[in-house]
Amino acid sequence: MKTEHQTDTPMVEIRNVHKRFGDLEVLKGIDLTVNRGKIVSIIGPSGSGKSTLLRSVNHLEVIDQGEILLDGVQVNRPDMNGLAFERHINHIRQNMGMVFQHFNLFPHLSTIDNVTLGPRKLKGMDKKIARELGMELLDRVGLAEKAEVFPNHLSGGQKQRVAIARALAMQPKVMLFDEATSALDPELVEEVNRVMRGLAEEHMTMLIVTHEMTFARDVSDWTMFMDGGVVVEECAPEKLFSNPDQERTCNFLRKHLGDNH
Amino acid sequence: MDFNLMVEVTPLLIEAAWVTIDVSARSMFFGFFVACGLVFLQSFRFAPIRWFARGYISVVRGTPYFVQLLLVFYGGPSIGVRLDPITCGVFVGAFNIGAYMSEAIRGSIESVDSGQTEAARSVGFGKVQTMVSIVLPQAAPLMIRSVGVLAIVLVKNSSLVSIISVVELTYQAQRLIGSTYKPLEIFTLSALMYIVIVYAVMGIIELAYRRATRYTTQ
Repeated sequence: MKTEHQTDTPMVEIRNVHKRFGDLEVLKGIDLTVNRGKIVSIIGPSGSGKSTLLRSVNHLEVIDQGEILLDGVQVNRPDMNGLAFERHINHIRQNMGMVFQHFNLFPHLSTIDNVTLGPRKLKGMDKKIARELGMELLDRVGLAEKAEVFPNHLSGGQKQRVAIARALAMQPKVMLFDEATSALDPELVEEVNRVMRGLAEEHMTMLIVTHEMTFARDVSDWTMFMDGGVVVEECAPEKLFSNPDQERTCNFLRKHLGDNH
Repeated sequence: MDFNLMVEVTPLLIEAAWVTIDVSARSMFFGFFVACGLVFLQSFRFAPIRWFARGYISVVRGTPYFVQLLLVFYGGPSIGVRLDPITCGVFVGAFNIGAYMSEAIRGSIESVDSGQTEAARSVGFGKVQTMVSIVLPQAAPLMIRSVGVLAIVLVKNSSLVSIISVVELTYQAQRLIGSTYKPLEIFTLSALMYIVIVYAVMGIIELAYRRATRYTTQ
């Protein structure tokens, strides 16, 4: 399975990851490598474990076995606890941008403050410089004119674009997208996809969990199909979407691509 | 109604009303720290500490405030706890309202969507910073409302400290009735004073609430 994208330096390495919720094993030994500047998307039915896997990379879920590395540094550290681990994980997370399905913008802060809070409080960035950076990022997602607006007054698509700007403000090494467009009205999906395509063109390393098959096919360098906590199949998107090896992949794609495939 | 009498006793009742305000305000102030302590104890991973906090809250909520006052004031001396009436009123009030307040604070913190904590943590904020910068500002409106209700209950319950001979509004009213035999006039006046105090408290709560929710209207 060695392909060109694995010849570069790895940014995210997921090795033999297991995760259990009580008796239910939701991840049954997952391996995945995302190389620097590459885009990997994970597709699969609800409950396949794809979101849990992505959340594990950010340590929002604590894995039971295996290891996850970001730029060569181990994210999960079963050997550490208490304050030492707290410091470790806070530092690691500053290098990862996470975008959630439900945006999770901070409603008590204006758009610009949502974006600049991290750099100001965590990197000690001067208020003025943080503001410049924030405006630049808002401009990049097309929302500079909404800087002083509070999240309640934004549409779903706008909220998600602000959430992307907030994640970018920490200048992360990798962006993690957890079904970033699933909660959006169909007509708002494209504006978020456009921003994500822009990031792709700038060679941001991205790990994307998505239901948007067309989008996954268009932007990804590598696609992984998960079902029931295992990787059913992974390959370049051209192959996965047109000529998958596995029956389960075929069935899933038939259901999700429907007529437009 | 004997209006002349009402005018005459008003200064005496106002004086006693200040004691009501003083006892309530100090109970509220110290009660807040008791509440924060209880919230903190309940976040411990070591279960016995949590049980202690839960047990304390259950006992306080499961017994009448009146009995708590009597227990500490009259029962205290036999185990060496001798408090003057006002101190006892403040002390019991603080530990009583603290138990209720801790539940109000905890509830308002838990009402903040867990996605907010996740988002803050994913940016790299630590637990304390997440609490201070993200969770508490969002918990504040609900917290102000529910703690505000408790403040009003506290003011009204403060009439019970009359039983341990604190000369507050209700006790003073009873004393004046003892010498004038005009319960209607005097209790009407004291009721009006409670209304003034309670509405003042509600006004303060409303101001704080508006301040905490500025962002939703902007």
